[in-house]
Amino acid sequence: MTVTLKLFASLGVHLPPGAREHAVQVEIPQGTSIGELLDRFGVPPEQRHLVLRNGVFVSPAGRAEPLHAGDSVAVWPPVAGG
Amino acid sequence: MGWQRRILRVNLTEGTCNPEPLNMDWARQYLGQRGLATKYFVEEVDPTVDPLSPDNKLIFATGPLTGTAASTAGRYSVITKGALTGAIACSNSGGYFGAELKNAGWDMIVFEGRAPEPVYLLIEDEEARLLPAGDLWGRSVWETHERIQHDHQDPMLKIAAIGQAGENGVLFACIVNDLHRAAGRSGVGAVMGSKRLKAVAVRGTQGVSVADPRRFLQVTMEKKRILAENAVTGQGLPTYGTQVLMNVVNEIGALPTRNAREVQFEGAPRISGEAMREPRPTDGKPNLITNQACFGCTIACGRVSRIDKTHYVVRNKPQYWKASGGLEYENAWAMGADTGIDDLEAMTYANFICNEQGMDPISFGATLAAAMELYESGAIGKEETGGIDLRFGNAEALTTLVEQTARGEGFGRDLGLGSRRLCEKYGRPELSMTVKGQEFPAYDPRGIQGMGLTYATSNRGACHLRSYTVASEVLGIPEKTDPLVPDGKPALVKAFQDATAVVDSSGLCLFTTFAWSLDDIQPQIDAACEGDWSLENLLAVGERIWNLERQFNLRAGFTGADDRLPERLVSEPARQGPAKGLTNQLDKMLPEYYALRGWDENGVPTAETLQRLGL
Repeated sequence: MTVTLKLFASLGVHLPPGAREHAVQVEIPQGTSIGELLDRFGVPPEQRHLVLRNGVFVSPAGRAEPLHAGDSVAVWPPVAGG
Repeated sequence: MGWQRRILRVNLTEGTCNPEPLNMDWARQYLGQRGLATKYFVEEVDPTVDPLSPDNKLIFATGPLTGTAASTAGRYSVITKGALTGAIACSNSGGYFGAELKNAGWDMIVFEGRAPEPVYLLIEDEEARLLPAGDLWGRSVWETHERIQHDHQDPMLKIAAIGQAGENGVLFACIVNDLHRAAGRSGVGAVMGSKRLKAVAVRGTQGVSVADPRRFLQVTMEKKRILAENAVTGQGLPTYGTQVLMNVVNEIGALPTRNAREVQFEGAPRISGEAMREPRPTDGKPNLITNQACFGCTIACGRVSRIDKTHYVVRNKPQYWKASGGLEYENAWAMGADTGIDDLEAMTYANFICNEQGMDPISFGATLAAAMELYESGAIGKEETGGIDLRFGNAEALTTLVEQTARGEGFGRDLGLGSRRLCEKYGRPELSMTVKGQEFPAYDPRGIQGMGLTYATSNRGACHLRSYTVASEVLGIPEKTDPLVPDGKPALVKAFQDATAVVDSSGLCLFTTFAWSLDDIQPQIDAACEGDWSLENLLAVGERIWNLERQFNLRAGFTGADDRLPERLVSEPARQGPAKGLTNQLDKMLPEYYALRGWDENGVPTAETLQRLGL
């Protein structure tokens, strides 16, 4: 199935070639979790600070749940603004 | 100590500068800067005064930690009755000016009256005098800065000035110090212009004493280590600045877009903090040159940018080819997503003009966005805009109108009124995205519920910096709360409001609170200042300040009916993103908030509350 992976700020270096505007569509097996998806692209666990699934925050515990086709996963390291 | 125990009273009508002892009884109740200057203001000014009349006063105030060795201790605030809002105004700025004023031996300057001719104030330690500014009037902030330093042959002079916007009565004019730091909101620059005060130039060499130097040094070193080791203040903010939020807030569906008609902007990645760091296709160089720190700051979140020389807007204007203050998140949102514009170079130019001529980019951008909706809805046409095709997304309209607004020319005269007056003038008041007359900033309260209550109850009109619940609702600082539900938000907003009033009154920067709590700030204040500065007392100080500001507004004519959001936010559901179908639930939050504050159902502090706070 296909999901969209978006990696922002310093995590952008982990995106594969062909990514546009910090996003790439990836094929993953059924049952893949957010944690497994981020492992595949080498995103360091300690840098997975703000993790959104379809724009909604996913707590560290929820990152083991399986993704669904068409989901969008967006991840940031620790950041803030004002 | 911490305080210099001395204020400067400048009567512009009479042309006099007189020192006075600081009222230390008030300092013990209100700490400094925002709180203490508001106390002076409330005691001295009739709340019904016309903000642009000589009877309004303008106070530049430092905090007890301003100018000390604490990290970020360079802040000052400008307190007055806001030209844009008619409410209490307190606009906080960084840079180096505040610390210089404190080092010259002054806790604050109180300006009264109106000068018969334009003047500027020169302070060299204890010497203060008013000088003619006839040849500076009509000049930009940047020209004024250069001229004053040149005339006094002193490149160390720190200068806060108004540009053409403040002179021309643009109601959201700001005061710019150190070329691109600003006391930005509520029109404090218009008040300064109405007093014919062009600038304040300061050189200070006296130093700032603290009550317990050994303990102060020890505790400030310890707290700087926390800022350095924290991932947000040690890495995230210096690297990406506030602009990293553009993609975050867009992804969560809370980025007000095209005058808040929508909550997500398809162009967000192209105007984000990440985009500022990417090489441009035209010249291979990024928009961002470097980060920059204010006085004593160990975070250094500021942005310094350079515009692409080949871009249409500066191709024939080499004076804008040099590096200057770059886009912060709020500015990029207002002049980008809110206007539907995704041209980073045009937006950087508009930001430069806001700095050069002294305008608040939040209010300017949001007012332009309202004008664009007026145009697209047919309420105004090219006859009103002077031939400009004012549709959403038109970058040339932005770069033309930012100049016209500062100069008070063409349709810029209408934009200089601010969004509320503009939309009222053209018969569509519901298109103004304001609270108490001030444009709301870069967080849509349909997607971040707590920000709705924050905007509605902010004493200076809609503002994110009075209770930045985004920290909790989006970023998880100090702990994560759900942005889509109103539950628990009244208590969160009240706690943030009171704590922020303390930080703003100390002389420190609010951005430290991404890593510090009041538990970290309290020992720094306690080591610098004599007296009881326990955590309990500081929290009481914060709540006292909030209620004092509220009382001023009530006496100025505001009521609980002004604690309202624009109708769009409470009746038009978000069209996309996680908040799709939601409006802001202000009606659920406001009564609980009033009760937590000890206010009656009309938002008026009860006698018991006032007595408890010593008001």
